[in-house]
Amino acid sequence: MSAPEFTTNEMMTVAAARMLANGTVCFVGIGLPSQAANLARLTHAPEVVLIYESGPIGTRPDVLPLSIGDGVLAESADTVVPTHEIFRYWLQGGHIDVGFLGAAQIDRFGNINTTVIGDYLHPKVRLPGAGGAPEIADQSGEVFVVMRQGPRSFVRRLDFLTTGGYLTGGDAREKRGIKGKGPTRVITDLCILEPETGSRELVVTHVHPGVTHDRIREATGWDIRFANDVSETAPPTETELATLREFLARTARAHGEGA
Amino acid sequence: MAEICGLRDAVAAHVHDGDAVALEGFTHLIPHAAGHEVIRQGRRDLTLIRMTPDLIFDQLIGMGSARKIVFAWGGNPGVGSLHRLRDAVENGWPQPLALEEHSHAGMANAFVAGASNLPFAVLRGYKATDLTRYNDRIRSVTCPFTGEELAAVPALRPDVGVIHAQRADKAGNVLVHGIVGLQKEVVLSAARAIVTVEEIVDDLETPANSYVLPHWAVDAVCVEPWGAWPSYALGYYERDNRFYKAWDAVSKDRETFRAWIKRHVLETKDFAEFRASLDSAAAEAAP
Repeated sequence: MSAPEFTTNEMMTVAAARMLANGTVCFVGIGLPSQAANLARLTHAPEVVLIYESGPIGTRPDVLPLSIGDGVLAESADTVVPTHEIFRYWLQGGHIDVGFLGAAQIDRFGNINTTVIGDYLHPKVRLPGAGGAPEIADQSGEVFVVMRQGPRSFVRRLDFLTTGGYLTGGDAREKRGIKGKGPTRVITDLCILEPETGSRELVVTHVHPGVTHDRIREATGWDIRFANDVSETAPPTETELATLREFLARTARAHGEGA
Repeated sequence: MAEICGLRDAVAAHVHDGDAVALEGFTHLIPHAAGHEVIRQGRRDLTLIRMTPDLIFDQLIGMGSARKIVFAWGGNPGVGSLHRLRDAVENGWPQPLALEEHSHAGMANAFVAGASNLPFAVLRGYKATDLTRYNDRIRSVTCPFTGEELAAVPALRPDVGVIHAQRADKAGNVLVHGIVGLQKEVVLSAARAIVTVEEIVDDLETPANSYVLPHWAVDAVCVEPWGAWPSYALGYYERDNRFYKAWDAVSKDRETFRAWIKRHVLETKDFAEFRASLDSAAAEAAP
């Protein structure tokens, strides 16, 4: 029996989904995190609790939401609370295990930029901005980041610090008085990175099947390092792939974009 | 005390040049019809406030209605950039746009503080972000009991709060349900409040996960069917994702954008005519 074929994007989503343990309370960002969190719910983690910043708690959408506040999120949720309550009672109140975020730029210490490319006052590209990320990253028990890896997204120096990771490394995060553990996993289309003990620099711990170390180096703006015991990510199972593809096809049909 | 009136009259009475205007809606119940009426009446120098500015802010900014925006995330949800917002920030077109930029937590707390008649909001937040370097309204305060340092942001107290809701009764009591966002906080923090609704009914038939804004907390209630389109109104219609995608092309080019606004907004008298105008443009384009 041959292993199923899959794309690098599918590998990324599957690898990210596997990070969410069953029963975890997860604050979900829109886009790639939402895709991964729902795949987790539909595969190994049926009891995962998904919370979106617009107000739904314990939501089980049968298709991917297009925006962070789609009707499908409200209609399938255990409860829907006002947006301020999400941030005040549920996040700041300390109820979130994992914050699942995306990013435009990330640096070697897991710091994130989603604000501008170029200078803030005279930006080359104005990006959407912080949204909920700064406080999600501070106050969730830990943070998972899922994003595609390339030299323009994995950068030596951020143009703007939107959301702090390990800041300048070491214990800088704790010294800033931040309680949450920070970005413990970064999942990309090429590999999985984790903060190294001590320095807190992100190092490659798992390489996706078929990806070379050189390809990862070329896709990274800093001199990326590999853990001593780096291993290969298990390829997507047939169940994971079928569930993901069916979910995306259902989503496309629901949004009138053809299968 | 709510007056049930036309949207044109409500905007004329309550929205003035130079006002700070919050048009809220967390992807649900976005007050598009009211935003269009602000454009039609040519308001200028507004400070526009919303956690998640999207297409209606893009249109207001592109028409030069805004001097400043207060926001946390500005994009076309699920699609990409807001091109008019970007053009204003990156190139100063049609005029420079000042940014007061926050996080969601900061703005949500600031609306609650406004609705609670407090001068500022306290939160654990903004601990490791450059936002504090560029926004001097994000400050800190020391807890008088524990000595802990906490973030502080000034209360949001807009001159006008504008929301869309599902329905009102004849007295002007307004029902909101589904993803309620900050609709209540916007109305209660604002000096004046305009609410557009899908319909006026005899009995609100209040469903679960809903609340009622009493008529005496609102200034104007205006019936605007489809008034949140292309966003959605739970129980009435779904988000029209095709329009969000189509907006990307319309808004990318300054002249295309201006021509679109002129034909469909400025040369129509209200939101019903605007929607009819889009329908006839679509019919023309069809083979």
